[in-house]
Amino acid sequence: MSSAMLYVLVAAGLFGIGVYGLIIAGHLLRKLFAINIMGNAIFVLMVAASAPLDGRPDAVPQALVLTGIVIAVSATAFALALMVQLYRVTGQASLEQDPDGDD
Amino acid sequence: MTEALLAALVFLPVLGACLLLLAPASWRAAILLVVTVPLPFCLLPLTVLIADAGLFEMALAGHPAPLGIRWRLDALSLLILWLNVSLMILVGLAASARFAPASVEGLRFWPLWLLLAAGIHALLLSADLFNLYVTLELVTLAGIGLIATGGSGAALRAAMRYLLLALMASLLYLLGVGLVYAEAGTLDLYQLGEALEPGLLSATALVLMLAGLLVKSAVFPLHAWLPAAHGNAPGPVSALLSAIVVKVSIYIIWRLWFWTAGDWQLPAPGLLLGLLGGGAILYGSALALVQKRLKMVVAYSTVAQLGYLMLIFPLSNLLAWQAAGYHLVAHGLAKAALFVAAGNILVSLGSDRLRRLAGLDQRLPMDVFTLALASVSLMGLPPSGGFVGKWLFLQAAYEQGAWGWMALIALGGLLAAAYLFRVLALTCFHPRSHGHSTRLREPPTLASLAGLLLALAAIGLGFASAPILGLLEAAWPGAMAP
Repeated sequence: MSSAMLYVLVAAGLFGIGVYGLIIAGHLLRKLFAINIMGNAIFVLMVAASAPLDGRPDAVPQALVLTGIVIAVSATAFALALMVQLYRVTGQASLEQDPDGDD
Repeated sequence: MTEALLAALVFLPVLGACLLLLAPASWRAAILLVVTVPLPFCLLPLTVLIADAGLFEMALAGHPAPLGIRWRLDALSLLILWLNVSLMILVGLAASARFAPASVEGLRFWPLWLLLAAGIHALLLSADLFNLYVTLELVTLAGIGLIATGGSGAALRAAMRYLLLALMASLLYLLGVGLVYAEAGTLDLYQLGEALEPGLLSATALVLMLAGLLVKSAVFPLHAWLPAAHGNAPGPVSALLSAIVVKVSIYIIWRLWFWTAGDWQLPAPGLLLGLLGGGAILYGSALALVQKRLKMVVAYSTVAQLGYLMLIFPLSNLLAWQAAGYHLVAHGLAKAALFVAAGNILVSLGSDRLRRLAGLDQRLPMDVFTLALASVSLMGLPPSGGFVGKWLFLQAAYEQGAWGWMALIALGGLLAAAYLFRVLALTCFHPRSHGHSTRLREPPTLASLAGLLLALAAIGLGFASAPILGLLEAAWPGAMAP
């Protein structure tokens, strides 16, 4: 098994864990963790895809991943703030009881 | 000079958003004026340029693709830029009555509003798949922040649900972008047309990107987040979300489909996307018919009307392209008018339950008139802008002998008439007008006037079809293909 294959398998595993967590978790914090794990799986895959063939890694995917991490951090911060506000207003940090927007 | 105008479209709103957060409260109204009023004047010379040259490209900071990021303005981007700037100004007028710039609510609202505008403008100009991801995130986060300014539990819950789905959708898109780069070695939207060969990896990448974008644009059956989010946001926010925010994801799908994968010959996936659109039209309309709240009717109508934008994939000729582009603009104006009027009614009645609307035509004549005018365009009655879009769709289907699609388009119009007439009938025909007992807060004249202007624009679009159809013809990618 080549080392690139290892990275791809790790990425696939992480992505699977993320999707599973996103669907199963009730608490919003867990859902956010799951989304972050999915994101990290993609970052691993993108870095692996830029692995050096001739000893010189491709800089573009590295730059993309770096930007991606910045976006993931800010999106997570935003989501956490929204979650706190939701908790303050409704008293719960999950989406389970949804009145279907009727009231 | 042109570079400066394009930069102004994106950076003027960003600058305004930053200044709003720093400046004293009494300056905020002036800052808002200074950063929004020049936007249409930036677009005017660009329109002349595109009418002459058809295309303008620039490499940001002088770095050429594939390493650098390009901006590219063509007729399609220009048309949607015009739509966005008009909406920002007209819906902004309505919003200014509700969120006074000097107030605390105003401080929460307007920076997000300007960031949303900047994000949409950057998205429409960008020619780089990863840059599109960044701008899409900017648009989504600003949009969700705006929904949350509604403040109610329902609005926050809808915002949270939208956020989770949107983040997941962005990740699918990002995964696709990563695969595209691994395969083609470039992310330039227009170079990919040649660099990306059809194959298993590139097809997977495109499917992932499409899936993410379909969630973001709430195309049936991935629309579940939309009605709650658009129905619970403040009126002006719903207007922007329905009129433009969901459309920019569809804009990226068009770009990927007709530019990146332009010569791939994909009749079966095209048919599938068209069927999703058909499902959206039928399902969205059916649910709009049974809603109890005005804003939910309008939100489900958005689900239905977005379906038309997918019909371009199976029909796929110049006429259908013009129809889809025209529908995008006409629906944007009409839907914004509907949501602004619905928001005004909600604020003045304290509720937008349909049975409370009885007798409202005498008490809020201007808002109900706006509702009726916008409905005319949404149903596709002549001489409105909505009529031109649907008529072109019918013509495109007729030319190809696609009777199934013709029936679907006609049925969609009929269903739209049904759910909109239901609202108008409950409002205007009131033998025992029990709405009168409740107290009413007059909505601000400015907000009603802004809604009326939007509705008039949606109708007037039916009289000004030639220049828009010309722009769309110039943007049709089929003409460029060898």
